Amino acid sequence: MSAAKLSVAELRAAYGQAQVLFDVSLEIAAGEAVALLGRNGAGKSTTFRAILGLIARRSGRIVFDGEDVSRLPAYEIARRGLGYVPEDRRIFSDLTVEENLQVGRQPPRSNAPTWTLERLFAIFPNLRELRGRAGARISGGEQQMLTIARTLMGNPSLLLLDEPSEGLAPRIVEQMIEAIREMKREGLSLFVSEQNLAFARLVAERVYVIEKGKIRFAGTMSEFDARPDVRDAYLAF
Amino acid sequence: MSILVVEELGKTYSGFQAVRNVSFALEAGEMLALIGPNGAGKSTCFNMIDGQLAPTTGRIAIFGKSTAGMTPGDIWRLGVGRTFQVAATFASMTVAENVQMALISHHAARWLTLRWAARRHVAEAEHLLDLVGMADQGQRSCGELAYGDLKRLELAIALANDPKLLLMDEPAAGMAPRERHAVMDLTARIARQRGIGVLFTEHDMDVVFGHADRVLVLNRGTLIAEGAPHAVRANAEVQAVYLGAGSLYRTHT
Amino acid sequence: MSFYFVQFVTGLASASSLFLVASGLSIIFGVTRVVNFAHGAFYMLGAYIGYTLIDRLGAGVGFWPAIGLSAFAVAAIGTLIEMLLLRRIYDAPELFQLLATFAVALVVEDLALLIWGPSDLLGPRAPGFKGAIDLLGQPFPTYDLLLIALAPLVLALIWLIFRRTTWGVLVRAATQDREMVAALGVNQKWLFTSVFALGVFLAGLGGALELPRQAANHTMDLQVITEALVVVVIGGLGSVPGTFLAAIIVSELNAFGILVFPKISIVLVFLVMAIVLIVRPWGLLGRAEAAARTASGAIISRWRPFGAPGRIAAALAVAFAALLPIAAGNYFVGVATEVLIFMLYAASLHFLLAGGGLASFGHAAYFGLGSYGAAIALKSFGLGMETAIVAGIVLGLVGALVFGWFCVRLSGVYFAMLTLAFAQIAWSIAYQWTDVTGGDNGIIGVWPSAWAASPARFYWLTLALSAGSIALLRAITFSPFGYALRALRDSTLRAETIGIERRRVQWMGFVIAGGFAALAGALYAFLKGSVFPDNISISLSIDGLVMVLLGGVGTVSGGVVGAAIYRSLSIWVISHTDYSRLVLGALIIVLVVMFPKGLVGAFEAWRSARTGARLQGQSP
Repeated sequence: MSAAKLSVAELRAAYGQAQVLFDVSLEIAAGEAVALLGRNGAGKSTTFRAILGLIARRSGRIVFDGEDVSRLPAYEIARRGLGYVPEDRRIFSDLTVEENLQVGRQPPRSNAPTWTLERLFAIFPNLRELRGRAGARISGGEQQMLTIARTLMGNPSLLLLDEPSEGLAPRIVEQMIEAIREMKREGLSLFVSEQNLAFARLVAERVYVIEKGKIRFAGTMSEFDARPDVRDAYLAF
Repeated sequence: MSILVVEELGKTYSGFQAVRNVSFALEAGEMLALIGPNGAGKSTCFNMIDGQLAPTTGRIAIFGKSTAGMTPGDIWRLGVGRTFQVAATFASMTVAENVQMALISHHAARWLTLRWAARRHVAEAEHLLDLVGMADQGQRSCGELAYGDLKRLELAIALANDPKLLLMDEPAAGMAPRERHAVMDLTARIARQRGIGVLFTEHDMDVVFGHADRVLVLNRGTLIAEGAPHAVRANAEVQAVYLGAGSLYRTHT
Repeated sequence: MSFYFVQFVTGLASASSLFLVASGLSIIFGVTRVVNFAHGAFYMLGAYIGYTLIDRLGAGVGFWPAIGLSAFAVAAIGTLIEMLLLRRIYDAPELFQLLATFAVALVVEDLALLIWGPSDLLGPRAPGFKGAIDLLGQPFPTYDLLLIALAPLVLALIWLIFRRTTWGVLVRAATQDREMVAALGVNQKWLFTSVFALGVFLAGLGGALELPRQAANHTMDLQVITEALVVVVIGGLGSVPGTFLAAIIVSELNAFGILVFPKISIVLVFLVMAIVLIVRPWGLLGRAEAAARTASGAIISRWRPFGAPGRIAAALAVAFAALLPIAAGNYFVGVATEVLIFMLYAASLHFLLAGGGLASFGHAAYFGLGSYGAAIALKSFGLGMETAIVAGIVLGLVGALVFGWFCVRLSGVYFAMLTLAFAQIAWSIAYQWTDVTGGDNGIIGVWPSAWAASPARFYWLTLALSAGSIALLRAITFSPFGYALRALRDSTLRAETIGIERRRVQWMGFVIAGGFAALAGALYAFLKGSVFPDNISISLSIDGLVMVLLGGVGTVSGGVVGAAIYRSLSIWVISHTDYSRLVLGALIIVLVVMFPKGLVGAFEAWRSARTGARLQGQSP
């Protein structure tokens, strides 16, 4: 248990009166890359948002780096090294690319890779040329890179990455895969939600499948590949 | 005659084409599902059909009438019911009063000032609540309902003007699985009985397969497939949209 | 020609200090979404503290350090208030924050009176800027030139802070997306506190810098807050450059208005604000707000008409009230009449605010129109009291028809500001159209007809009209129209999709509320025997809000109870202490923090919790 980077036990969450997560339990080990698969509306984003405390958690326990963070506000959890990249990117459109990165800056951490502007520009070269441009005036792919880079500025030890490939052109998706692999090499733990199976396969070793707010499957990528029934029931159309 | 005809519908937001060249029709008594990944343009389509958004291009005709320039209220008066992704009801009123409010508006009595609203259309409201299986909950506060019941209440409100077209945005969202099917069964039964055409969006594939007569698939604002559920399921392009085009990145493995 | 030029430059100098105050207000709103009504009070504190510091320390530290110190002192006070009071109510509905800051303004006003006394305090001239220079043949104070240079300097400084410091970047990010900022590990609590401190610092600085131009006095706060609000609204809430531009526009309008249109000089500014709001609702350089927060997180309770016990209780209360003149003397009967009038006034605002979700900041306009309509009908047209009251109602209705038509085109803060602007226009007309309204001298000799002339009879007349009107308002609340109005409040989306025409229904609601407020105003004219521009003042509008919020916005007619308590209390406090605002302000603060649902709301919550517990106790 002590090796777990993040452990979530029986998490329930609701939007107002509508319960959206039903006893979600999962675990991410240090240095691991795990995919959270599921269709639209299955509860992937909600799981991430609930872990970070951005929506009301009804019950359950969230332990990050051995500390119970179930009752902490979002900013406290983020400061402990849990990075979150939202699906809808949420770029500060009035701020320049560089200012967006500045908002994410946190002090370095002993248990996580340390990122500088230079290192981030090495992974996301487009951002270097755009550093003075307003967030509203860069393309969707560039915004996706910016939102990831912005969260990395906080030097997280675990990154929650919500649908990083959504709506991106194939060329950009390839860049994204390279970037994620670079993060893995640095020793960052990753929890990536995806609808795109091919993408998930390229970045993750282990899989959780979620549907209607419940975890339906947990296992390694090869175990998942051995179960086409799971794929057809919860992911395929 | 089709009750809803959409022709070459398009919507552009400050340079971004959210919906382009979408055409389809809906028949009386039919359950038509509009599906697609996030950002595919489902909500934009819906909001154009119910009058909240003006289309950039194309035409919409309901019961043979063009809806150009109509407000959501005008479209309701044509005989169209609408439910929302997040149930929209009147929280300070009872369940029965919610339906009565819709009936008062339908019977053009909303300007009366010296009558008791709660005494109007009581029987009619009871009948509608009975129809959606909430006959015994009329006197409860709207605020204390379970979410599934709120969705049922919304359906009762949407039926108050005796519509022939129902627009339902994710009718089963936020409900427990068993309840989803109950609500969709109910909707389908009412639709068939009354000859109502239903256009709905949904993420839950069980709901789509269990209840849709026909499916439209949107991706990046364009209609990529249309047909019976099993035919759409077999469509390779649809599979690629849902599972990701695996072949694209083979080079990296 | 040169005269006009000097007038123009004087306008620029006034714009400088106005900009300092308004930019602080704008910055605070941009991040915290709080319209800080206490901002004028901080400005005034800046002037008073500056006076003391220069007086005591001026010889030691010098004039300029003393000015800077007083701005810091004001910022420290503001920080304390933010941490102790505002932090508790950021999640409450916007109106509560307004009420709380208004209460702070009341308290500060009386504290200033306690500490610095009632007389104006003339500050020293600034060293090195005591004289005047020759400007196209006209003398012009050098200090004004300094101020003119200062405003762009401060604008540049604010711009630099927001662009070049991490703090500024965080603040701009938080203005746009608070949740994302939190997800990135930023503690917003301190961000809010520091923004509030900066905003208040600017107000304090503005006040201290005014010292060499005008004496520190007790009306500074209200005067400046009104103008600052206008500036912020015209410039665009949250936009500092917009504030700069608007401060110049407003100051020049003031400077030239008095020359070109002396009769309507005060109206001019508000007229411009109204036009800007109608043409560009989010201000000159502001941006359209994303979906406004409606009833954020507030638990909406069910509304129902009185059952038999409620009706009997209400009838008993009226019957009991009718017996009052038998037991009480004339003074007390007069006080009771006034309380009844304000109960009606509050009920009419409650109908609009609670029943329709429309927060009017200028409801006194219709009260005042009722007063003036009745008084003018009586004095200028020689009509009797009965017809005069009707004339007052008609004038109120016409005003509400015209103003309301524009107001319902906006919503949220902008609706509130436009209602405020219209009320100020009405006030300016009453104040400046001396031929008809008597201006500052008002209209006197407005006495009731002989049959209603005795205090007891006028009391009974008022009781009958108020009780009847309040009952009527309640009936309308539960009529189909009232339901339609409330449906729009509960869920505008749902209401519009079932064919309820938002603008028309809200317009009619506005007119109904205006009509009943006008009746209250007409009665008030006859009670006092006179009408003054005060009948349309901002503080009367705010009093209305206080009474409604005190009673509880979530209730059907808590405003009536709120009015009875607040008005009685304020009459009592005023007659027992010289520091009534201090007492009332402190009371409001306590109430806001302790009873965010209002008194009646808290009572209802307590009752339903009790019955809930009882029901649970019964179940096996």
